[in-house]
Amino acid sequence: MSMEQTTYKAGSNLERMFAAGHFAVTAELGPPKSADLAVIDQKAEHLRGSVDAVNLTDNQTAIVRISSIAAGRLLLEKGLEPVIQMTCRDRNRLAQQADILGAAVLGIKNVLCLTGDHQCFGNHATAKHVFDLDSIQLLNGLRRMRDDGVFLSGDPIRNSKKAPVMAPRMYLGAAANPFGDPFEFRVIRLAKKVAAGADFIQTQCIYDMDRFRDWMQAVRDRGLDGKTRIMAGLTPLKSAGMARYMANNVAGITVPEPLLARMSKAEDGAEEGIRICVEQIQELREMPGVAGIHLMAIEWERRVPEILERAGLLPRPPLPEPNPDTDAAATANASVDEA
Amino acid sequence: MIVAQQKPQEEIQELIAGARQVLVLGCGTCVTVCNAGGEREVATLASVLRLAGFGNVREATIERQCDAEFYDDVREQAADCDAILSMACGVGVQLCARLFPELPVLPALNTQFMGINEGAGEWTEACLGCGDCKLGVFGGVCPVTQCSKSLCNGPCGGSEDGMCEVDPETIECGWQKIYERLRTLGRLAVLEAIEPPRDWSRTHDGRPRRIRREDLAV
Repeated sequence: MSMEQTTYKAGSNLERMFAAGHFAVTAELGPPKSADLAVIDQKAEHLRGSVDAVNLTDNQTAIVRISSIAAGRLLLEKGLEPVIQMTCRDRNRLAQQADILGAAVLGIKNVLCLTGDHQCFGNHATAKHVFDLDSIQLLNGLRRMRDDGVFLSGDPIRNSKKAPVMAPRMYLGAAANPFGDPFEFRVIRLAKKVAAGADFIQTQCIYDMDRFRDWMQAVRDRGLDGKTRIMAGLTPLKSAGMARYMANNVAGITVPEPLLARMSKAEDGAEEGIRICVEQIQELREMPGVAGIHLMAIEWERRVPEILERAGLLPRPPLPEPNPDTDAAATANASVDEA
Repeated sequence: MIVAQQKPQEEIQELIAGARQVLVLGCGTCVTVCNAGGEREVATLASVLRLAGFGNVREATIERQCDAEFYDDVREQAADCDAILSMACGVGVQLCARLFPELPVLPALNTQFMGINEGAGEWTEACLGCGDCKLGVFGGVCPVTQCSKSLCNGPCGGSEDGMCEVDPETIECGWQKIYERLRTLGRLAVLEAIEPPRDWSRTHDGRPRRIRREDLAV
C-alpha cells in the first residue's frame, strides 16, 4: 500500500510517523502542581522540534496537577502534538467519554489509556478511587467510539436522532510493564490490550535490558509487534541516589546491579545517566519489533534534546503528508489546525 | 462472616458522654466469632466504662442484632436507659436504632468487611457483596475485592514478587493468586478473554438493595 492510500485512524503526527516507517520519539511532560502556565511553556520549549509528540500525564502518582487535556490544548497552540494520558482512577465511564469528546473538539488526537497509580501514593490518600472501568475496558470503549461510532452503552454518538454521528477519532495507546509480575502474564495482558485496540504501547521505564529483550522475544513470538507499535520507555538517571531509589522504591522497576555500580562509581552522575540512556537508545533502535522510544525525563525535560542528539535521533524526519480525507475528518470539529 | 473492630475508648466515651444509664448490647453472631462484640467484649467494655466514671452501665447480649425477633429479652433493660451502646456490626446498630426510635443507639465498633479467618486474631477481606459473582471465571479468587484497584483484566504494573505495591509487606496481589490458581486448574486460557465492563448497578452503586422472595413471604 502506498503512502497516498494510507487510511489513518486518527491522523495524528505520531500515527503518521509510524505509518511512514520512522522510529518514533515521544517525551513526557508532567504538568505543574499549580496554576502556573509558565512551567508548561518552559517544558514545551525544551521539547519543541526534538520529539514527534509530547505525552501529558494525568494526575501522575495520584498528585493533583493541571489536567492533561488542558495542558494538551496549550501544547497544540504552541504547535506541539499532545498525547493525553487518561487514567481510570479519577473518572467513571461518563466522565471519561465526556472528556474524550472534549479532547477531540480541542484538536487532541492521541490518548494513552492507563489504570492509574493508587491514590495512597499521592497527596490525597483519603480519596475514593473510581476504577469503574479498567484500562483495557477503557481502551476497548474508545476504540468502539472511534471505529463503530457508539458510546460504551451502545448508543450512537450523535446529538439527536436526526444528527450525523460525530465520533472522536483518537490514536489509542496503552502501557505495558515488562518487569511486573507474574512475568508470564505480562505478554497475555499485552495481547489483551492489542485486541482491545492499542495502536501503540509505551513500556514502563527500562533499565534491565536483558529482561526487556526476553519480553520482546515473547512479544514477537506472539506476533504482537506486527499488530501494535511498541515504544520502549526510558527514564535517564540523574544520580546514583536516583538509581538506588528506582531500584528499591518503585514497584515494577528493576535496576540491574552492574548499572547501579556504574552510577555509583561515576564522578558526574548526570553525565553517566545520559550516557547509559544514549547506549540504551542505540541498542533499542536495533532491536526487532521496537518501533520507537518514549523518554520520561522526570523534571529533566531540558536534557531531552541533548540525549536525542547524542543518540542520533535528531533532526526528526519531516512529518509525512496527511491524508486529505481522513485528516479533514479527524479535525472536523477542531479549531486548532496543524501549523 | 462480618468482621468488626472496637472503636478507640476515647471515641466511645465521647459518644455516650452525658448518658446516665447505658445499655451495652452485644451480638452473639459474627462479632462474637471475631471477638469484637460478643458477651465477653460486652463485659470488658462495661467494666472499662464503669472505671471511667460511667456509673450505671448494664450489659446484655442477644443472639443476632440484625433480626428483630431476638430483641424481646432486652426491651425491659433498655426501657429506662438513656442510650444503647451497640457492639454489633453496622447492620445490627441500624436495626436496633429502628426498634428503639426514642433512644440514641450508638456504635461501639467499626464494621470492617466480610472476610476469612486466617488464624488466631487475623482476618482478610474477601467479598464486597457486589451482587454479580464472577468467582467461577477467576478461579475462586475475587478480583473486585482482592485487587486494590478492583481490576478485572489482569494485574496493574504494581505487582511485584506476588505482592501489591499498596503494601508489599501485607497485601498479596489478587491477580497473582488468580494467575496461580488458574494455572493449577489448567485454565489460563480464560485470562486471554477481555472481561467486559462490570454492571455496577447490581452493587450499592445502583441503590440500596432489597431482596424479596415470594416463596418465603407469609
